[in-house]
Amino acid sequence: MGADSTTANAAGTATGTESGTDRLSRMLAGRDWLMADGATGTTLFNMGLGAGDAPELWNTAEPDRIRALYRGAVEAGSDLFLTNSFGGNAARLKLHDAQGRVGELNRAAAELGREVADAAGREIVVAGSIGPTGEIMEPMGALTFKAAVEMFHEQAEGLKAGGVDVLWVETISDANEYRAAAEAARLAGMPWVGTMSFDTAGRTMMGVTSADLAALVEKLPNPPLAFGANCGVGAADLLRTVLGFLAAGTERPLVAKGNAGIPKYVHGHIHYDGTPELMAEYAVLARDCGARIIGGCCGTLPEHLTAMRAALENTPAGPRPTLEAIAEKLGGFSSASDGTGEGKGACAAPRRRRRRR
Amino acid sequence: MSDEDEDDLILSELDDEELVLQMHDDLYDGLKEEIEEGVNILLERGWEPYRILTEALVAGMTIVGNDFRDGILFVPEVLLAANAMKGGMAILKPLLAETGAPRMGKMVIGTVKGDIHDIGKNLVAMMMEGAGFEIVDLGINTPAEEYIEALEREEADLLGMSALLTTTMPYMKVVIDTLKEQGKRNDYIVLVGGAPLNEEFAGAIGADSYCRDAAVAVETAKEYMLRKHNRASA
Repeated sequence: MGADSTTANAAGTATGTESGTDRLSRMLAGRDWLMADGATGTTLFNMGLGAGDAPELWNTAEPDRIRALYRGAVEAGSDLFLTNSFGGNAARLKLHDAQGRVGELNRAAAELGREVADAAGREIVVAGSIGPTGEIMEPMGALTFKAAVEMFHEQAEGLKAGGVDVLWVETISDANEYRAAAEAARLAGMPWVGTMSFDTAGRTMMGVTSADLAALVEKLPNPPLAFGANCGVGAADLLRTVLGFLAAGTERPLVAKGNAGIPKYVHGHIHYDGTPELMAEYAVLARDCGARIIGGCCGTLPEHLTAMRAALENTPAGPRPTLEAIAEKLGGFSSASDGTGEGKGACAAPRRRRRRR
Repeated sequence: MSDEDEDDLILSELDDEELVLQMHDDLYDGLKEEIEEGVNILLERGWEPYRILTEALVAGMTIVGNDFRDGILFVPEVLLAANAMKGGMAILKPLLAETGAPRMGKMVIGTVKGDIHDIGKNLVAMMMEGAGFEIVDLGINTPAEEYIEALEREEADLLGMSALLTTTMPYMKVVIDTLKEQGKRNDYIVLVGGAPLNEEFAGAIGADSYCRDAAVAVETAKEYMLRKHNRASA
């Protein structure tokens, strides 16, 4: 892992921010791995968030519960946590008639985060969560690039005003939406991290492969400090995606934030089948795969994070696992191929005849 | 035609069979103007609107749907194809109504009460429209009364419900149970979808089918409509 600290510095320089001045770059330079947080939605529902309510409204209505959410991650050993602002853009808040409160709700999410992080007694990164707009971009849908940038920028300024260390763009599926979020980070003058959700046969819903994202980030004028995958299908699929980033030759720090297993419907109830033990295995495998920032997503509660932290600290680094080893420990993959590499042409050739050409 | 290719095709010079195959390709490539032109040519040649809909448009979208299902095409391509299809449909729709052609079907769709996720539901709506269905989209956070009121008002054939949360998917059962209580369950085909669902769940709550993705939703809806038409004519 010795080479990785230089990578972190290089990434810091490439963003145009002064290398090492932002907290995440500093911590990446000094540490082999950082542990991120787990599920926000799952945790808030457990605290009584009503189904159909916007979690972001709790930033002002129930600040103590949001503090408790953040503290849960910090106390379980996270070095970094995401603010409660995933759906805090105008398009999402409009569904709750709160589109006029973007700045206020994001600033509140960030201020609460800053407060909890600064009281933690150790260095903690507050990452300002930015989720997708939920709209479909041109030319397939109606959302223009400009409008997407404006929405993300409005949110980014709120998070910045509340004191986040870094913007954290997540669960994106469209390459253009990722670019729009990058542009918003540039306009806000903030370092950023961006992850996509690879949930459709190893690709994002919009067809982006791990190799596509690895190539995309290097073409941005302000590349992210780190990039990677979150959510998606299961922990095994997520690690296959991480291996895909590496196969594409990236040297940028990678993020792995996988779900705690797969949601299962058992006896009339839903639960994620990932136990703390499984997530501990996942965390170690993620580190051995080469991920530098490791956390969970849906279904990942503090008890999972505690097990992950202990495993990361107590398990010596191992060789990069093979796909077979990942499948053996975490369960099989959701699809035979992830759309990259040798398998690419096997079944992926469009049937187009294109007599027009 | 925006293509600058040297041997650009003149659609009107193709015979019917070639033109229909070309329209399948143009749908595949999401070429809306070419689809509109193709529809107009077939109308000029005296084709029944319903025959154009089924043989040129729906058959072409079936190829797109199959390749989406098989992981060859992804959402962006399918949406462009659906958009091209809608261009053709806009021409055919008034003519279909005039000629009393059988409807592809009408679906009331919405994300269930308590759930604010809509991108999957929107994709299904767009692809269903692309396949020729009429869609009544109730948006997010839809209570049972609203679904049922819309089904009756619109004389719909199908009900589509979406949920992305494990906490909200049980509400689908509430809607189905309410339909049962009111004696209306058998008036509609109920399709359900969303990331945490599966076939077992759909069966357990009394839905007709679970649809894994938007392409499956379209195929399933078509199958049910075909059965319904067959029953009606039997």
